[in-house]
Amino acid sequence: MKNPLVALILGILIGVGGLYFMLPYEPATRGAREIQPEAAPVTEGAQRVAAGSTLQRVKRRGFLQCGVSQGLPGFSNPDDRGNWTGIDVDYCRALAAAIFDDPAKVRFRPLSAKDRFTALQSGEIDILSRNTTWTMSRDTQLGFDFVGVIYYDGQAFMVRKASGITSAVQLAGATICTQTGTTTELNVADFFRGRGLSYQVLSYEKNDEAISAYDQGRCDGYTTDASGLYAERLKMKNPDENIVLPEIISKEPLGPAVRQGDPQWADIARWTLNALVNAEELDITSKNIDEMLASENPLVRRLLGDEGAYGQAVGLEGDWVARIVRAVGNYGEIFERNVGAETPLGIKRGLNALWNDGGIMYAPPIR
Amino acid sequence: MGMEDVSGRPRMKPGTSRSPLGWARRNLFSGVGNTVLTLVSVYILWMVIPPLLDFTIFSAVWTGTTREACLVPDAGACWPFVWANIDQFIYGRYPPSEIWRVNIVFALGIATIVPMLIPAAPAKRFNLIFLLVVYPLIALVLLAGDRPGLPPVPTSEWGGLLVTLVVAVTGIVVSLPLGIVLALGRRSSMPAIRMLSIVFIEFWRGVPLITVLFMASVMLPLFLPEGLNPDNLLRCLVGVALFSSAYMAEVVRGGLQAIPAGQYEAARAVGLGYWQAMIGVVLPQALRHVIPGIVNTFIGLFKDTTLVLIVGIFDLLGQVRAQLSDPNWTVPQGALTGYIFAALVFWVFCFGMSQYSNFMERRLNTGHER
Repeated sequence: MKNPLVALILGILIGVGGLYFMLPYEPATRGAREIQPEAAPVTEGAQRVAAGSTLQRVKRRGFLQCGVSQGLPGFSNPDDRGNWTGIDVDYCRALAAAIFDDPAKVRFRPLSAKDRFTALQSGEIDILSRNTTWTMSRDTQLGFDFVGVIYYDGQAFMVRKASGITSAVQLAGATICTQTGTTTELNVADFFRGRGLSYQVLSYEKNDEAISAYDQGRCDGYTTDASGLYAERLKMKNPDENIVLPEIISKEPLGPAVRQGDPQWADIARWTLNALVNAEELDITSKNIDEMLASENPLVRRLLGDEGAYGQAVGLEGDWVARIVRAVGNYGEIFERNVGAETPLGIKRGLNALWNDGGIMYAPPIR
Repeated sequence: MGMEDVSGRPRMKPGTSRSPLGWARRNLFSGVGNTVLTLVSVYILWMVIPPLLDFTIFSAVWTGTTREACLVPDAGACWPFVWANIDQFIYGRYPPSEIWRVNIVFALGIATIVPMLIPAAPAKRFNLIFLLVVYPLIALVLLAGDRPGLPPVPTSEWGGLLVTLVVAVTGIVVSLPLGIVLALGRRSSMPAIRMLSIVFIEFWRGVPLITVLFMASVMLPLFLPEGLNPDNLLRCLVGVALFSSAYMAEVVRGGLQAIPAGQYEAARAVGLGYWQAMIGVVLPQALRHVIPGIVNTFIGLFKDTTLVLIVGIFDLLGQVRAQLSDPNWTVPQGALTGYIFAALVFWVFCFGMSQYSNFMERRLNTGHER
């Protein structure tokens, strides 16, 4: 270094920079490295259960880790301001609100269909809220507990209005476009074979290819989950020239799942979901929650924690439901905000309406 | 030597006419075969270019703030979708209040790399040390935060072009030195080092990158103790760097083999040690020969970064696809618009790298004008 002044300034800069780099920091605020040194490893076969309760670890970490999809319209998708939105996302926010009284204390981990189960097994996420169908094999063999149903989905058909078809049984001899390698293909086969109808299937690797093949008229019908049909319609040139047939040919109850072996955590997850539905049933919304806190209705008082100690029983605070509803609203509000009639998706409540409103959404009472 | 016709007037050599017609006749229609090829090429271009221009420019929707703007009949590309999501495409879900940190890292990177690439710029040695040692540390602190005054930003919030560049630059910066060491190791006369290098190179060349990423992201946590979850992005960075090092080693080895043994022997004869001979005599010649191969590996690596999508990290392409799932912006031509945008960004970077490689080749005259 020829100039001693330059060398001096450089030396000071490097010294200050080095000090800054090595400064100690609070482990609680650590972000990039999510290490929890307190959790001791206990391995039980393929299923690994951490020592200490999940709730304790979540509280110690300071945020909830929630596994979502890599982009499914209305369920979990990033919006144009960089926030995650959707039904599955709002459920995780509700859970965070119940635990921390802050819906923002949740981190979303986008997972592909392949690695979603491993992520839950290995403890990378605390809860899997990723439009996952509740089936017996998943519930019993993978070491998970499904905590309920947040959306009743099912496979349906879409046809062109001009074809005059109004029911799936009229689809005899039709060509159906679908995605290859999924259960949708098998469900179609079951449906037609069970009724002795002939049909042809055109399978595509990607959903986008299948929908554009249908849009170009290469097949008479297109099939996937009903919620997916509403999303795919938006990609069509003339969405209004197509209708969704009323028949639902498969049951796809979508719900959140947790690791087996921590009943308290499963209870928290299950009753957060039930609280959302119960709040809608009792007309408690994010707008009227403060008035409802003064309600004389014993059902409302129990739900909002004025009577009894239901929140404390699962390790939460008494006002856990009030926190949830204030943060994300009730189930109906979540539905309407993300996929309802006012959104581009425009999905009707249908099966997902409350049990006393023509649907099958029914939550056990809190008492 | 110009030909002369019978009149005795000097005539230009056929084919040296400077008129466009003459040029076309000489280059495009010089025979039956050439004429057919020309016509077929023109036909293909005619089929491809006008619709592409029409879609991306003339029929495209340029302004608007909602999806309705793009729902006009026969509309082309939906550029408002790109404008509305441009922050996500560049920064992912990096918190808006902290984006200035990413901008500083970008600006500092440009300010360091550009002088590095200009042969006439001074202080190359200082610049290189800054680029390889100081800059990565500054970038790490600024991007990850978690220091006084810098709130932490977990890598799960990173995305878009930021992740693409982090993965690509890390891969490039690590793979070149590591690849050189591995190439030298593979040609070493010490059996242990030679075997280790061969095993390393052949292992990483033998597995697909997708497998590496998938193992790093999905399988590794099952083998590690519960609390120890190394950062997802970090696992991918290590995987990508090791993977590209193996490819780089083979490219460099090709260059080493082109250098006659006499160069090394002569260097040793004048008293240079092994490293002195390699760094001072052999490698400068060897690397010059393989610039196209090295840049080829870099470009391949840059495009391979898109594979991190399968482990749940959104690079530029992954972010484009994720934003396509936003029902507020789902339009029929949305996917095509997003992919064209991503292709354009990737092309700019890759074309830039290849042009710089051409420039360096000409400057170092590696072709020896044979």
